[in-house]
Amino acid sequence: MRQWIAFSSIFTKDMRAYYLKPPNISWGIIFPLAWTGMFFIRSGLGLESVLELLPGVVTISILFGTTSLLSVTLTFERRTRSFERLLLAPISLELLMLAKTSGAILFGIINAFVPVTIAAFLADMSGIAWSLVVPAIILIGIVSTFLGLFISVSASEVFEAQTFSNFFRFPMIFLCGLFFPIMSLPAFIRPLSYILPVTYGVDILHGAVTGEHVLSFTLDFTILGAFCVILFLLSLRNIKRRWIV
Amino acid sequence: MKTDSVLAMQVSNLTKRFGDVIAVNDISFQVEEGELFGFLGPNGAGKTTTINMLTGLARLDSGRVNISGIDCTRNPKAAQHMTGIVPDESNLYPELTGFDNLCFCAALYGIQKAERQLRARELLETFALTDAADRKFANYSKGMKRKLTFAAGIIHQPAILFLDEPTTGIDVASARQVRQIIASLHRKGTTIFLTTHYIEEAERLCERIAFIVNGRIVRTARTADLLQPFKGKNVLLLSVSDSGADLSEDLASDFPQYQFHSTDSGQIRIESEKPVNVGPLVRFLEERNIQVTEARRYFPSLEDVFVQVTGIDAGLMRKEKEKAGSEANQ
Repeated sequence: MRQWIAFSSIFTKDMRAYYLKPPNISWGIIFPLAWTGMFFIRSGLGLESVLELLPGVVTISILFGTTSLLSVTLTFERRTRSFERLLLAPISLELLMLAKTSGAILFGIINAFVPVTIAAFLADMSGIAWSLVVPAIILIGIVSTFLGLFISVSASEVFEAQTFSNFFRFPMIFLCGLFFPIMSLPAFIRPLSYILPVTYGVDILHGAVTGEHVLSFTLDFTILGAFCVILFLLSLRNIKRRWIV
Repeated sequence: MKTDSVLAMQVSNLTKRFGDVIAVNDISFQVEEGELFGFLGPNGAGKTTTINMLTGLARLDSGRVNISGIDCTRNPKAAQHMTGIVPDESNLYPELTGFDNLCFCAALYGIQKAERQLRARELLETFALTDAADRKFANYSKGMKRKLTFAAGIIHQPAILFLDEPTTGIDVASARQVRQIIASLHRKGTTIFLTTHYIEEAERLCERIAFIVNGRIVRTARTADLLQPFKGKNVLLLSVSDSGADLSEDLASDFPQYQFHSTDSGQIRIESEKPVNVGPLVRFLEERNIQVTEARRYFPSLEDVFVQVTGIDAGLMRKEKEKAGSEANQ
């Protein structure tokens, strides 16, 4: 019970203090809107391209939403030393970091539903396998947040965290099959795609929305789940090594 | 030697290195339950590093830490439910109000909503911050920030409280209020580990004091015992017009019953077991064309003990700390 009170308070505080601030809410809406509009106009294919673009726009919205805000909040709290308060609290580091990342995960999931809502007005979404889309969005949210956590632990300033994030995020747009198939990439680059977690989430979304996917859903979910665990454990190890010196 | 059951803290051979620098060098001490223990030393002596190791914010390179019978050497989290810390810098959440900050800190210790709101209101009143309860922490003054940080450190009513320079950088009235609260917590039985650069603060509050210099504890004793050698001693300070010449030797040969020391501030310090007769001393100096501008009886304090034990100018240490404190709180 005590641990739950601490967990929910950290989550609620972060939502209030960071994620539900008007600039972040507007950013969470404008960013997916801009990406949707950009790719829709660029494709020049008309309304039928909306569903084709949807998995990429959903993923990019989650990826940028989670990594941007988490890296800012964590490095900010580290710099102001308020994060020490959390380290001094009688809760396990695992639970503490889950509480700190829950807000970003939820923010990412909400971001994902902005392009989905827009798409609902523009295209027929009756053929979408929602039983795959929803868990895929949740897992992409978790893996992106933990990727953001992994990056944030290495940074001491907000600008450093943003720079490191971009180092990972922008190549992912091209390498993870968001807007064009991995098979269209040069053969020597393709292995890179498969070491990036987002690739597996996008594959599920493509399969659920358009019916086209490279790997089996079971394999995609398993690998995505494994990335979540590995990134979280690596981040915890780095926090212990870097933040508790 | 006390047994473990009445010891709030037992620290053995604690060492911490940062690269080639040994920040804390093989220190050992123990703090009894309900005791107010002072840790005195200059900047960089290892005080904050020691607190960080005791509270779990820093890893131990070697040594053992036992808090209230719990071995925290390998698992510092084990005793965190019974410890509180007031850090040397205000570190609450700038975007939260004073009230919300306190409630949040209480929630971290698993306190239920109604209880944490009640405690937050009580503490805001205790620290005279009720009017600022709904104001964001970012808009608090430096003194208010320190007071709220103190309140956040005690909201879960810890049995052991670590205070790292709690009165640094705040106004006289706030500092006085904080000292009164420290004394009150002590009276109620809280074990307090206090670091401070205000030697008079340590002298007034602490039952026992450890002097730490360059990561090593050079002396630990009861405050009363530290002052014992100065009891019954008469000390006179003479301010003179010309401090260029060191007359200590000449004075010592003419007045063998006294001990003479020239101070850095250009004064002559005279110590004696018996009351000092000022007249002959003044005449002696005036015959050598040295004007005595002031003669003042001096009552030795812990500052003298500190200077004697550590060889560090306490005034200089205080200035350094105040500068560092004001920079940190800006």
